[in-house]
Amino acid sequence: MIDPKKTYAMTPEELSEKYESTKESLDQLRGMLMPFLKSQYEKNRKALERKEKIKKLLIHLVIICCCFICIYPLLRIFSISLRPGDKLFSTDLSLIPDGATFSAYASLLKNTNFLRWLWNSLVITVATSFIGVSLASTAAYAFSRFRFPGKKIGMILLLSSQMIPAGMLILPLFLMIMKMNLMNSYLGMIIAYSVSSLPFSIWILKGYYDTIPRSLEEAALVDGTSEVEAFWRIILPLSTPALSIAFLFNFTTAWNEYLVARVVLFSSQQYTWTLGLFELQGQYLTQWGMFAAGSMLVTIPVLIVFLYSSKWLISGLTLGSVKG
Amino acid sequence: MASVEFKNIVKRFKENTVLNGVNVNIKDKEFLVIVGPSGCGKSTLLRMLAGLETVTDGDILIDGERVNEYHPSKRNIAMVFQDYALYPHMTVAENMSFSLKLKKTPPEEIEARVKEAAATLQITQYLARKPQALSGGQRQRVAIGRAIVRKPKVFLFDEPLSNLDAKLREEMRVEIAKLHQRLNATILYVTHDQVEAMTLADRIVIMYNGKVQQEGTPMEVYSKPENLFVAGFIGSPTMNFLRGKASVKAGKAEFTSKDIKIALPASLIDIKALKDGQEIVVGVRPDDISVDVPAKDSLTENIEGKIDVSELLGHRENLYIYIGDTRVLANTDAIGREPGSKVKLRFNYANMHVFDKETEKRISK
Repeated sequence: MIDPKKTYAMTPEELSEKYESTKESLDQLRGMLMPFLKSQYEKNRKALERKEKIKKLLIHLVIICCCFICIYPLLRIFSISLRPGDKLFSTDLSLIPDGATFSAYASLLKNTNFLRWLWNSLVITVATSFIGVSLASTAAYAFSRFRFPGKKIGMILLLSSQMIPAGMLILPLFLMIMKMNLMNSYLGMIIAYSVSSLPFSIWILKGYYDTIPRSLEEAALVDGTSEVEAFWRIILPLSTPALSIAFLFNFTTAWNEYLVARVVLFSSQQYTWTLGLFELQGQYLTQWGMFAAGSMLVTIPVLIVFLYSSKWLISGLTLGSVKG
Repeated sequence: MASVEFKNIVKRFKENTVLNGVNVNIKDKEFLVIVGPSGCGKSTLLRMLAGLETVTDGDILIDGERVNEYHPSKRNIAMVFQDYALYPHMTVAENMSFSLKLKKTPPEEIEARVKEAAATLQITQYLARKPQALSGGQRQRVAIGRAIVRKPKVFLFDEPLSNLDAKLREEMRVEIAKLHQRLNATILYVTHDQVEAMTLADRIVIMYNGKVQQEGTPMEVYSKPENLFVAGFIGSPTMNFLRGKASVKAGKAEFTSKDIKIALPASLIDIKALKDGQEIVVGVRPDDISVDVPAKDSLTENIEGKIDVSELLGHRENLYIYIGDTRVLANTDAIGREPGSKVKLRFNYANMHVFDKETEKRISK
């Protein structure tokens, strides 16, 4: 406030005049500067936007190409499965062929053991996945947390077993399963499958457990759990991403497996769908319509499992990169 | 609440001896801080009490009961970890109630205890959140809360503040001090930070190389360090050490080195016990070096030096001073002395320490 007793360098009138003139010159300056800044800003923004657009376009182009490459064979099979019997060898590329019919599906379900094969596959695959994951989760825990003689060699052996082509293991597997009297049985298949995918699952899970700080289990122990409880209540719930990856791996490999099944199973009643579909392939005549229809149907369970676990799969894949 | 005894504790990892005959007692309701540089075995000792490390030799007693072979869950202790170790898949409330649920405590009591602890630590509004949605300081509070709700016999803190930034660390230090007053609990606290040790402890145990170097109240270890290690470790900035020889002539003792001569009066050291030519180390804290002050009985004669570097800290300044080739640090009132200027130093006899160079033990009174 103005104190009337004091003397000031400027009277209030002078002050307001000075204020007005300063404001005016500042406004002028702003008037000059603003258009320049705005134009610079616009220029930069446009350049950036253009860059962004091109980047997005390229990314989408690549993704679309990949999708097309993945989906095209599937679409072909789908279209073949819909063709009427007399047009199987036509070179027509339309997705829905002339006279499209579900007759191949119907005859597959009616005239073959397809549903039985699907069921066999499902039993073997689900059992394999559960057994494989539970064995791997505990074995990997031991590899990750405990010190024991042969730990390093064990891990290397597990890894090297993955380097041997599956074909080489057929004979030993055949001999073992025969000696165990498990030929042509679910159990024989389940043992063969869950054991062969175990090394991979153990490696995945061990790597994941290694990222979980040890102090979490120690905190649980101090809080009153036993070692097993600490594993069950703390480690396993935290490992769901890795567990679901291991599960999916077990599921897809067992579901699509052909070689071992060919050796172990010999009655049509026990066949998995992979064997069953090849049954349709004769030396002189292959029922391509039914073959294609079967191929379409067997993707459904895998699709369901993948969709269901995609949430876990994604968070599992991005894990590792960001800790915590 | 309870007392704890470590009796002749030895810990070996293969050939590597980490702890070598450690004896420490924690009295009932005492706040004991074990402090030492990293690798001195302090955390191992704490983890042995928690049951997370096995004991190679010796006994650990809680309330007179030997607990060496007890499972961690049966020891009735609570621990706060350096990295908090909160369960990421549980909410704050679930984290805090986990141990009580395992003990099958009635739900009403669990809720009451969690609420009480949350109120004490001011984390009530975060109870429904997951740990990842909390800041470092809040996580630390939750970790402490998880310990409090259990009402254990002993609280163990394993470097709980070392992951926090400096300001938060100060705040939490005060919180922990308050907590101890309120809970009246037996606490074993391990840290490498001597400031935490000095401010929090009822009693400090200083460890180095797997051995207890000294134990006592913060003031005792500060004013009467028993050996060179303790003298150098406790106190900030670090104590100045001058290496030289004792010369004893006609009942008078003197410290001599190439650059410095200081008379050692009988008030400082028992002259009869000192041998002529004995190699000794004289320690004096930066605070006990006065610059350009008049003569006094309690101070040494003038020692001439030249300022090398001066660091202004506000109302104080750190002067790095060369006395010949020997560099000492003096912490004095800030009056803006210029580097290169000559100064006269006097050491305060009352707070001077003399150590034998060979044994590194204290020989002054």
